[in-house]
Amino acid sequence: MRFLTTRRRHRAAKPLLLAFALLVMGAFYVAVSPAPQVSADAGTSGQVAAGKNLFAVTCSSCHGLNGEGTKQGPSLVGVGAAAVDFQMSTGRMPMAHPGAQAPRRVNTYTAEEIAALSAYVATLGPGPSIPNSSAYDYSKLTDEDLARGGELFRTNCSACHNASGIGGALPEGKYAPSLHGVEPLHIYEAMRTGPQQMPVFSAGAIPDHDVASIIGYLKNLEKQPSAGFSLGSIGPVSEGLFGWIIGIGGLSLFAVWIASRGARAR
Amino acid sequence: MARPAKISTTSEYDVPSTPPEEPGFRQFSGFPAWLDERVGVGKIVKFGLRKVFPDHWSFLLGEIALYSFIVLLLTGVFLTIWFKPSMAEVEYTGTYQLMRGLPMSEAFESALRISFDIRGGLLVRQIHHWAAILFVAALTAHMLRVFFTGAFRKPRELNWLIGVGLMALSLIAGFSGYSLPDDLLSGTGLRFVDGLIRSIPLIGTWAEFFVFGGEFPGSILISRLYMVHILLIPGILLALIAAHMTLLVYHKHTQFPGPGRTDKNVVGYPLFPVYMAKAGGFFFIVFGVLILMGALMTINPVWVFGPYNPAQVTAGSQPDWYMGWVEGAVRIMPGWESHWGGTTWSWNVFVPSVLLMGLLFTVLGLYPFIERWITRDNSEHHLLDRPRDVPTRTALGVAGMTCYAMFWIAGGNDILATHFKVSLNAVTYFMRVAVFVAPIIAFIVTKRICLGLQRKDRERLLHGGESGVIDRSLIGGYSEAHTPISQDEAWTITQQRQFEPAAEVETVDADGQPIKWPKLRARLSRWYFSSDVAKPSRAALEAAHHHDGPAEPTDIESGTKADILDDQLETDAHR
Repeated sequence: MRFLTTRRRHRAAKPLLLAFALLVMGAFYVAVSPAPQVSADAGTSGQVAAGKNLFAVTCSSCHGLNGEGTKQGPSLVGVGAAAVDFQMSTGRMPMAHPGAQAPRRVNTYTAEEIAALSAYVATLGPGPSIPNSSAYDYSKLTDEDLARGGELFRTNCSACHNASGIGGALPEGKYAPSLHGVEPLHIYEAMRTGPQQMPVFSAGAIPDHDVASIIGYLKNLEKQPSAGFSLGSIGPVSEGLFGWIIGIGGLSLFAVWIASRGARAR
Repeated sequence: MARPAKISTTSEYDVPSTPPEEPGFRQFSGFPAWLDERVGVGKIVKFGLRKVFPDHWSFLLGEIALYSFIVLLLTGVFLTIWFKPSMAEVEYTGTYQLMRGLPMSEAFESALRISFDIRGGLLVRQIHHWAAILFVAALTAHMLRVFFTGAFRKPRELNWLIGVGLMALSLIAGFSGYSLPDDLLSGTGLRFVDGLIRSIPLIGTWAEFFVFGGEFPGSILISRLYMVHILLIPGILLALIAAHMTLLVYHKHTQFPGPGRTDKNVVGYPLFPVYMAKAGGFFFIVFGVLILMGALMTINPVWVFGPYNPAQVTAGSQPDWYMGWVEGAVRIMPGWESHWGGTTWSWNVFVPSVLLMGLLFTVLGLYPFIERWITRDNSEHHLLDRPRDVPTRTALGVAGMTCYAMFWIAGGNDILATHFKVSLNAVTYFMRVAVFVAPIIAFIVTKRICLGLQRKDRERLLHGGESGVIDRSLIGGYSEAHTPISQDEAWTITQQRQFEPAAEVETVDADGQPIKWPKLRARLSRWYFSSDVAKPSRAALEAAHHHDGPAEPTDIESGTKADILDDQLETDAHR
């Protein structure tokens, strides 16, 4: 300790002490402050920054400047990158105008912009990430897997989306959209994130393999040839309509023709 | 002891001889003669072949129903060859890839097999289903034709009742067939019926156990429905159709009023050869249209719906069209329920399904008798009413159709919501009001249209039709010369018997029979007839045709004030 006391008035003591204090503070800051979540990817921090900027322009008026949510839009903390990717890639977000439900539209954002926004929203809190294509790959499934996917679809999905996947009505102007022509990735993301009226089907409830089976069933069902004109695939309502119009209507025309040369009394 | 009978030594049969030929024209020879001599078909054939049928396109609606029924029988036989009416569970190993390995009932498995593995099976299944849709539709259209033309009046009330029975049975036939394939949609339909049965107060639960052999879905329902669908109902239908057509032949066909047509004749072509060709040709047209429909338009793709599983349901579950109005009534009914003592009274299901169906068929069955009670019309009718000539009946019919249509539309409220981008709740609330308000509006509008058409007829009768030629008189006035209508048209539009509304409360009718509820009857009679536009009297007709001078208002005995005014204006213009 003599060393400290004897040299305490040395000219270099003050600057050295200052440097030491700064070092301690720096070490303390590094130890205490949260590590940036995007540290794994060197390019991500820039992406997040870009996403934050884009978020402020396109999303913040409803979802709040920090994604905390407002009266117009829900909080995005913890929705995950998958939710952003689903909503923006299918053109549902940003919403054109407030309504019961955001309809599917043509997406006008580039893949980079959506990736940046997804990366930014993912930093707000942990949530489902954008899956690898292997998670929903159905190309290697057996017929039994596909049939099981159909059974799962009818148990979990068809009550709203219709057995043929053409969608259906929900209360107050809401609806379950048609699943025809929807990307497998988006079906996966919708099941995991539960957009709009849809419930979340977590991996604990329906594991990835079963999700792939459901997607495989739907994609195969779309490819099935129909037994004639499908009449909108909406079941007995359109069947009755066509039965009356073509059946009774058409045959009435024939009847008019047959009865047109009637007998006269004179 | 009996004495032995005397034995004669000669017999008239000893010498074989044929009786002398009866004098007169021999109508048959060869096999027909052989058949006629043994079973006497000559009279029947002669009677049948010379039967005259009048021509009108709407008379063929019933024929569409008859021919679709024949198509149903033919295609139905084909389907029974492969269909297995069993709810036993099997694992699917057929050719449809997206069902492989799924557990399902034998019924559904065989429905898939008919669709995918039996040659022509899918086509026949689709023809059968389209024929069922068309059968009930044609039956309904035929019934409406009969209603609006008053063909149910004396002497045809019984045939009307048989028709109502056919209608009710065809609904059961259609529904049981819809339920047989045991796919998700038919199972959901059965679940609906299960709820309907259970909603019957007090006995509902036991009735369900009786029908389903225990709790829904049980394991015997498909085989029971199969019996109902292919034996019981078609059998009764066949018998009733036979009775319906026998009565049709016995009563002779009705005809629209027209020149030379009276209540005592039928103007038309005989069955042989003209009507044989027309009706036979129409059968092939109906069959052809049904085959085209079966070949070109998907109906009930059971493989999309999947096997029935009580844990599953699909959006857009609807019954076939003829049960759609019951579905709609249940959909828009508020959820009313009472609990009295340990019992549950499910008004929300019982009222819109069981009571409403009962109401429809009761009203249909009683209508001819109610109308006769109001009109006291005891005469036979073979000439049809033109709908405009009976405005109140026509308006009642349109009001009924409108009410039915509102329930019907409500049955597709989800389809309406998604396809027209409106709120499901809004559709439902609108329909709750519309089922009561729309029929009233339809009644008023229809009655006004009928009365307007009546006025137009009276106008044409008195003053003829527009000639389109405008004359300018010497002093500068313009007038249009009217061309008198033909005698044929005048005859046609004056055929209608004019009823007078009851002036006072009558207690006995023309035959001295007491009238039930005379006060109510008198009020209804006034409601029924008082707005009819009176037919012009003979004097008014003659006066109008002469155009010598203004018709004196006193000439028009039964004309309304408006008619008289019109008359004066017209004649003034012609001077």
